[in-house]
Amino acid sequence: MDFMNVVVCVKQIPDGDQSTYKLDPTSHNLVRDGKLILDDSDSYGVEMGLQLAEQAGGGEVTLVSMAPNSETSGLRTALAMGAARAILVSDAALAGSDALSTAKVLAAAIKRAGPDLVITATESSDGYTGTIPVQIAELLGMPSVTFSKKVTVNGDKVTVERQTEEGYDEVEVPLPAVISVTAGVVEPRYPSFKGIMAAKGKPVEELKVADLGLDAASVGAAGAGQEITSVVPAEARKAGEIVVDEGDAYQQIINYLEQLKVI
Amino acid sequence: MALNSVWVVVDRSGDKVASVAFELLTKAHEIAGSVEAVTWGDASGIADRVGAHGASAIHTVGDLGGGLPGPAVAAAMAARIAAGSAPDAIFLAQSYDGRDIAGRLSARIDRPVLTNVVNLSDDGLATEHAIFGGTEILNARFTGSGPAIYVIRAKSFAPEESGGGAAVVDTWEVPDLGAAGAARVVSSHAEETEGPKLDEAAVVVSGGRGLGDADSYKLIVDLAKLLKGAPGASRAIVDAGWVPYSHQVGQTGKTVKPTVYIACGISGATQHMVGMKSAKNIIAVNKDQEAPIFSISDLGIVGDVKKVLPQLIEALQKRG
Ligand SMILES: Cc1cc2nc3c(=O)[nH]c(=O)nc-3n(C[C@H](O)[C@H](O)[C@H](O)COP(=O)(O)OP(=O)(O)OC[C@H]3O[C@@H](n4cnc5c(N)ncnc54)[C@H](O)[C@@H]3O)c2cc1C
Ligand SMILES: Nc1ncnc2c1ncn2[C@@H]1O[C@H](COP(=O)(O)O)[C@@H](O)[C@H]1O
Repeated sequence: MDFMNVVVCVKQIPDGDQSTYKLDPTSHNLVRDGKLILDDSDSYGVEMGLQLAEQAGGGEVTLVSMAPNSETSGLRTALAMGAARAILVSDAALAGSDALSTAKVLAAAIKRAGPDLVITATESSDGYTGTIPVQIAELLGMPSVTFSKKVTVNGDKVTVERQTEEGYDEVEVPLPAVISVTAGVVEPRYPSFKGIMAAKGKPVEELKVADLGLDAASVGAAGAGQEITSVVPAEARKAGEIVVDEGDAYQQIINYLEQLKVI
Repeated sequence: MALNSVWVVVDRSGDKVASVAFELLTKAHEIAGSVEAVTWGDASGIADRVGAHGASAIHTVGDLGGGLPGPAVAAAMAARIAAGSAPDAIFLAQSYDGRDIAGRLSARIDRPVLTNVVNLSDDGLATEHAIFGGTEILNARFTGSGPAIYVIRAKSFAPEESGGGAAVVDTWEVPDLGAAGAARVVSSHAEETEGPKLDEAAVVVSGGRGLGDADSYKLIVDLAKLLKGAPGASRAIVDAGWVPYSHQVGQTGKTVKPTVYIACGISGATQHMVGMKSAKNIIAVNKDQEAPIFSISDLGIVGDVKKVLPQLIEALQKRG
């Protein structure tokens, strides 16, 4: 392969983490109204895509994202890293989408880019269903390898080290294919000043559900086949004793383990 | 309405049946009228244990010929469903292959998936999910019709034998997978491990970024060995390449429920806590008194792991 067309799915998520996320009190969906950022988990996919395109002897990375309110700040970060362009699907009809509807939208958008390789993260930081990568693969009729921790291009196939319970499997997969990569696979580059400036001029194609030929009733809250009924506090685990080490705290651990009859 | 029939996907890693499969079978047997297992590879050797945990039948898609389980198992199940023998629910483990099968099946039969399930209601129609590090429980359920696909976290249910005889083995044909089935496993690599398995050990000693460097993980290994436990890790040091991924505890790693969990130099991120919060006793060593891990610890030591751990190891060695 002398030109590899890589699509990287990037999710744009609220800044912060699970300790700062807010749920909408009625829908119980995650509030995604404010400024969104590039999911850190996807920065590995972007870096991997850029490296593989180079490894293949040439190529380009196209980003695909579904996000509310025409949000592009996360996309700009990935464009500044070196991606060539982006496809953004943003449509009020998509609010409340479940993972399968999201996969349908992403698959339809990916198809337009005619990829040789599709890269996603293994799971998003805010949704973490981890099923979207395979759902996309099935919808596109492509093979997939999830939990990739090392990827090399080998002509018209890629070789992947896939994590397993015991270690890893080496898996070969012909292109086009979908792979999901784990955090830590590569070191994501920091966008350079030049990259940030260049990103401002890179094309972001914004699409609506209708542009993808999807039925609005099959996506968003209308198409969701699941609902959150309530969110309640879990039984709290009480904090126990806190000891500041004065040089003999290890003895406290020994006493505690003895009391539990572990030693 | 409750669940009449449930299929449980029996996860295998190599020739071994994953322990989570028995947990799911037990729960299915408890709440459903009929339980059938679905797996891949040769099922004759596991039919008795699968039957003892409540399944009347075990269907296998047969030898995968080097392919991954996801496409084959999903396609075989989808074909059965299309032919009119849909179960009310399908239980899968939140594991590599479990998620692959669930995702493919979901797209094939156009039904969503509920993932990260930690409990089911008695009628099997509503799910519980631990969110925000296990501080909140989110309740959800499916709407619409068709099989409910549940991807369930390990250690959510206790395995228990119900005394059934061996499950009846048969083979489910796999339809032509086309390109979707084209991935091939060329070789498998197992990491060498000694001592108890991480998700079965009574004592787990885990290290995090607070260890400072890869070499200091030896403190964790030594302490685990002295306590006849297993060494674990936070994702931070797995990502950094200090230890293999198989050591990772948490949302994307293993769920552990030991008698004692000792967290060393681990801050207590929500994604870590969700994998160890159910330990019976938690000890934490962290130099930052504000570290979130202390909020769930029974014994919290505010101190330097590089001082406390060598002292602890030495004292334990002296006891012999
Ligand atoms: C989608 C997703 C999935 C994830 N899945 C997982 C998962 O499965 N498991 C997991 O663990 N994480 C997971 N994470 C990552 C998680 O968010 C945290 O980044 C990670 O757990 C932090 O690891 P840590 O506690 O080792 O490091 P840090 O958060 O950096 O904490 C290091 C701690 O060490 C203390 N320390 C420093 N020096 C010393 C010393 N000398 N002595 C004592 N204490 C010291 C510090 O006070 C600090 O509290 C996931 C994240 C995402 C987004
Ligand atoms: N809205 C989205 N836009 C782009 N990519 C997404 C979106 N949702 C999920 N993905 C991709 O799919 C991966 C798995 O997501 P999830 O199934 O939510 O854990 C993410 O890490 C992304 O790479």
